Amino acid sequence: MDIIGKKEIDHFKRDLIDKKKQDGSLIPLLQSAQDTYGYIPERAIYYISELVGIPAAEIYGVITFYSQFRLKPLGKNIIRICEGTACHVNGAKSILSILQNELGISVGETSDDGLYTLQSVACLGCCSLAPVIMINDETHGNLTTASLTKIIKKQKRIEKIKSSYDAN
Amino acid sequence: MTQIRVGLGTCGISAGGEAVYQELVEELKKHNLEIEVNETGCMGMCYDEVLVEVVEDYDNYLYAKVTTDRVKSIVEEHLVKGLPIEDWIVKPGNGQAGDNFLKLQDRIVLRNCGHINPTSIDDYIEKQGYEAIQTVLNTLTPAELIDKIKNSGLRGRGGGGFSTGMKWQFASQSESDKKYIICNADEGDPGAFMDRSVLEGDPHSVIEGMMIGAYAIGADEGYIYVRAEYPLAIKRLQLAIKQCNEKNFLGNNIFGSDQNFKIKIKQGAGAFVCGEETALIFSIEGKRGVPRVRPPFPTDRGLWGKPTCINNVETLANIPWIINRGWEAFAQKGTEKSKGTKVFALAGKIVKSGLAEVPMGMTINQIVFDVGGGIKDGKAFKAVQMGGPSGGCIPASMGDLRIDYDEITKTGAIMGSGGLIVLDETTCMVDLAKFFLNFTQNESCGKCTFCRIGTKKMLEILERITMGDGKEGDIELLEDLAGKIKSSSLCGLGQTAPNPVLTTIKYFREEYEEHIRNKKCPAHNCPALLTYTIDPEKCTGCTICAKKCPTQAITGEAKQVHVINQDSCINCGQCFDVCRFDAVEKV
Repeated sequence: MDIIGKKEIDHFKRDLIDKKKQDGSLIPLLQSAQDTYGYIPERAIYYISELVGIPAAEIYGVITFYSQFRLKPLGKNIIRICEGTACHVNGAKSILSILQNELGISVGETSDDGLYTLQSVACLGCCSLAPVIMINDETHGNLTTASLTKIIKKQKRIEKIKSSYDAN
Repeated sequence: MTQIRVGLGTCGISAGGEAVYQELVEELKKHNLEIEVNETGCMGMCYDEVLVEVVEDYDNYLYAKVTTDRVKSIVEEHLVKGLPIEDWIVKPGNGQAGDNFLKLQDRIVLRNCGHINPTSIDDYIEKQGYEAIQTVLNTLTPAELIDKIKNSGLRGRGGGGFSTGMKWQFASQSESDKKYIICNADEGDPGAFMDRSVLEGDPHSVIEGMMIGAYAIGADEGYIYVRAEYPLAIKRLQLAIKQCNEKNFLGNNIFGSDQNFKIKIKQGAGAFVCGEETALIFSIEGKRGVPRVRPPFPTDRGLWGKPTCINNVETLANIPWIINRGWEAFAQKGTEKSKGTKVFALAGKIVKSGLAEVPMGMTINQIVFDVGGGIKDGKAFKAVQMGGPSGGCIPASMGDLRIDYDEITKTGAIMGSGGLIVLDETTCMVDLAKFFLNFTQNESCGKCTFCRIGTKKMLEILERITMGDGKEGDIELLEDLAGKIKSSSLCGLGQTAPNPVLTTIKYFREEYEEHIRNKKCPAHNCPALLTYTIDPEKCTGCTICAKKCPTQAITGEAKQVHVINQDSCINCGQCFDVCRFDAVEKV
């Protein structure tokens, strides 16, 4: 007769699962995967799945639920356009159409040369500067169609210089 | 001792605050001045960033719109020669921009924002910080504490407006070996940044509020659920928690009592619906943030199935003040059923965008005109939008409405978390409704059919109205769908999603009709319903519009009148923006 019966084993497993649950560790794990790779690669999903004992399909479900997570790598420069209410009433729509024209990509896409990713965010939180975009970590506010065109042209020039520098 | 503070909240940093800070440090070094330069949180006057405050023994000087170029003069004139540069200073009473903005406010939640260094726990302690929790631990039983909060009349500032004392009571009455308190800092409304500013500017007040709440309900563990999009707030919270752990303000036997309390930070991953209590709990547990049926309420069955009390950032920041000053002082402010103050994030077509904390009971007109300085560019005030995607528009004609949970609910809008977007005559109400519905439709978790499909259908109808393809009966169809979505959705997101549409129909029905029947947008906003023309009287033939036109729809020789070819015009409006002679007209 087994000293430890099925009931005990089940309890032990449940206890383990409970402990893992208590950490609620899935989302922080995904966040750290994204911090490391810039996106969540497929192999990371399988790795995390093994670690926390949650099926990969379920993890995929969590990834696609939250807008923070990406399954594709980002471009070198990230341009984020604020679509908050203050920006909207101050003309974010025309800002967006210029961005899309100048970069040749839509929101959520990365340019073919891998230089730019265009993202939209619900609110950058600097409503007094509306309309606002962020290029990497730099905020550009009080935009007009003219000033935006200038900023993008400048950004493109910088990239060009950088790439010729890298080539040499 | 002279001290300098630079406003380095997100707004200050976006306006170039860090460069100003660096420049200040360097200039002071050049002049061998040993003056402390500190960072501080948002002072609320986002329209005047970058703000630099020189604090002397007897006087404070607040410099507005400081640029790196101005730093040199400020250091040389003010700090070396002792001559403040009056023209650049904002001061109540000197007729400057900051005048009424600060004077008409009543700052409880924002009491320390912009006055202390948020990275220093000692700064907070100096301002009566962590006195309230000690009073509570030493002199009050949980029941007495809950009574005080109930008596104060404090209601949840996240938007729901439920009595905080009652919520604490329910959670305290739930029998369990383990309970949790959660601070909801998942501020997702576009156009709302109150909670962010409090977390960035005064993180300790929120932590102290949580400690007091934890004692009231009997929790020994707390979570702060904060948006990952608020990196600075997260950084400051992490530091604040670390400082508390070091001082044993958090941990076991806090403040020498028999209470244990620890706080963890959980970063949200970008889902608006996670502001809803049950969705937020699932998200902390690492799952998809999908709301569930209530009851059981989280105060009975919450995080990991244990009783959980969820309070908003602003609610918690009120708590230490109520304990320190007494519930009577709090209950004296405001209206009969809405006590205390409310922080509003003023934005949109307003002169002074920023954070304003006003007593409940102030009218909308007072907030917009007296505090906020009125409408930008001398345009006409049309409406305010309150409560973000769950709220609605209140027309200018109702500007005498007082800020009060129940009064605002009667209009069809809601108090919400505090986003207050001011709209002028150039804002199209149909377009605004479409904007919010687009947001909620994107953020719907998809669980309830009416929220998932109904909002999509409503959005399609609004899209066709703004494209000039609206049909008779569309307004009624919108109203019908709205009613069904409200009644058949599980959580607040779906139940309130139609509000922006319903309130704009209620107060601006003729604008919808104009779009549908006459294919015109009265606010000249919807591109498909606009025609751009050039006034031959005003056109000087400068050619700038023709150069800018992305479709080469504008023709004309230099110094000759230009013409827009309507067939190739895409209504982008660039010609309108660049024309320096107001010759391009929208019809």
